[in-house]
Amino acid sequence: MRTKLLASLAAALLFAGAALAQEPIKIGAFLSVTGGAAFLGDPEQKTLELYVEKLNAAGGVLGRKLQLVSYDSAGDAEKARTFAKRLIEQDKVDVLVGGSTTGETMAVVPLAEAAGIPFISLAGAVVIIEPVKKWVFKTPHTDRMACERIFLDMRDRNLQRIGLISGSGGFDKSMRAECLKVAPTYKVQIVADEAYGAGDTDMTAQLTKIKNTAGVQAVLNAGFGAGPAIVTKNFRQLAMNMPLYQSHGVASKEFIKLAGSAAEGVRLPAAAVLVAEQLPADDKQRPVAVAYMKAYEARYKQEISTFGGHAHDGLMLVVEAMKKAKSTDKAKVRDAIEATKGYIGTGGVVNMTPADHMGLDLTHFRMLEVKNGNWVPVK
Amino acid sequence: MSAQLAQYLLGGLTIGAIYALVALGFAIIYNASRVINFAQGEFVMIGGMATVSFANAGLPLAAAVPVAVLAAAAVGLALEKLAVEPARGASVVTLIIITIGASILLRGVATLVWDKNLHALRPFSGDTPIELAGATILPQSLWVLGVTFAVVLLLGWFFGRTLTGKAMLATSHNPLAAQLCGINVRFVLLLSFGLSAALGAVAGILIAPITLTSWDVGVMLGLKGFAAAILGGLGSGVGAVVGGLLLGVAESLGAGYLSSAYKDAIAFVILLAVLFFLPSGLFGRKSAERV
Repeated sequence: MRTKLLASLAAALLFAGAALAQEPIKIGAFLSVTGGAAFLGDPEQKTLELYVEKLNAAGGVLGRKLQLVSYDSAGDAEKARTFAKRLIEQDKVDVLVGGSTTGETMAVVPLAEAAGIPFISLAGAVVIIEPVKKWVFKTPHTDRMACERIFLDMRDRNLQRIGLISGSGGFDKSMRAECLKVAPTYKVQIVADEAYGAGDTDMTAQLTKIKNTAGVQAVLNAGFGAGPAIVTKNFRQLAMNMPLYQSHGVASKEFIKLAGSAAEGVRLPAAAVLVAEQLPADDKQRPVAVAYMKAYEARYKQEISTFGGHAHDGLMLVVEAMKKAKSTDKAKVRDAIEATKGYIGTGGVVNMTPADHMGLDLTHFRMLEVKNGNWVPVK
Repeated sequence: MSAQLAQYLLGGLTIGAIYALVALGFAIIYNASRVINFAQGEFVMIGGMATVSFANAGLPLAAAVPVAVLAAAAVGLALEKLAVEPARGASVVTLIIITIGASILLRGVATLVWDKNLHALRPFSGDTPIELAGATILPQSLWVLGVTFAVVLLLGWFFGRTLTGKAMLATSHNPLAAQLCGINVRFVLLLSFGLSAALGAVAGILIAPITLTSWDVGVMLGLKGFAAAILGGLGSGVGAVVGGLLLGVAESLGAGYLSSAYKDAIAFVILLAVLFFLPSGLFGRKSAERV
């Protein structure tokens, strides 16, 4: 009797073990595929689908297939929170990759911390990883780094007095605060500071105020989405003959399409993947960047953006961590992600530490300029 | 006049002209039926989005624009026939709520027919800015002001000199008497919806090259057009135009001289102020109830 019980128990455990081995690794994602942040979330979604497919075709991870469970949060923090809850509690995913915008990411951070699930954010603001949170990581460069990269370029061009214009979103406000904070370090003076609302369709009033501020030499627009496109158009309309800088939040051909010819000459910091084929042959990042570009463009017949690159890096970091930890146990994966060293992604070389959950520095953050509707690296 | 002030005024007049067109739409429907059509903003959206679709499908702009306006007018007629006419015996409040529901439906259908992304429409005659009194104005702004002016003149001629227009005016003064005079009040109502939709669509098409268009531009534009209509006096055509222009200029001056972050609030503060202190607006009839 007892042996029968033990035997059936062993058999059950064996089957359960076998079943577990066949169960796919679930990657949970919530992205802004539609809505105002669609040109962030759409390439992110496409990239995740493409690379999950590729990894599965190459045999999966740890002998198991990957399964992508993704929802469209449409740029809405409320929806993001709801979907993240569903991913954690109902879909029981092993890891979260997502949060196209800062607002959505910050809404999900408390959930990830409480549930103890590794969460790699694809959003920009430095507040996501500072103060550092145990389970939260991110792949894009922070807004503070964008400010620093821009101020470095301004210093090279001797632009010392600038006007700042920003929107009302989470990323916009965060980047504005960061720029105000780090400007003195680069001897840049912010002499005008204007703001526009989320749905605003006309920023000529704000730009006129900046134009009429004495001694203004350049304008920095901290934001993403429709706002920067309209600011750029208004900028040209007002014939403001000075440099215009955007953030890496517009590092996509969609921005050039929306702003049209007004985008000529605009400079922005962006991950090198946007100019993959123009990188020198000995650049460490070139192989990864070109491979991503070719794979994405071949599959989707659409030009790449840095946002898809962020998603690629996020997924790969998770996969590498799982391989290193030899398990999908959430705590072990988290530790492995935190120990990432020397991973070359589309954003740059990633070296994470317990205090730095992003791992990028300014070296692979390039300054690009829009020329003839295309990105050109600035020497 | 300082260049800065000139810039604010020009920008304000441009967007004010759009508000004026939307407000005229509100006024025409209100006159015919005492209903405030909160789906007016969606007609603006349909005009812009449809033009983008047709232009992308290969139609030249000169063809895409009239087709889009007709499409919006068709939606307006459908709205009247399917949503408002069956409920014509109901109270005004019920009809207003029906239009709110219709606006939500139209927005939802828009995301299915098109998508949720932003779209740019090519400016009608290029985007080289023109210098005027120290300020710069886009050629598109001149189109906006010019077409609005032409439309206002056209409407003035229509209501003042044609039989149909006079019939609509008569219905707005006294529907019962108009019916007794042989005016088909149902047809007037249908026509008012179609006309308002066309006006809204024209506004949407004019402004799309400047502000980009998407499925939800109608919400804000509709509400601000409504605020302009109230400011000018609901039901008054002159009031709608003056209210729209005043609102646009107030917004622009407020953003320039007060706070740029609260630009949207200016329209609604004005709306509240008008409702508190001058409910019949600038040109509206002061109504009194006989007890």
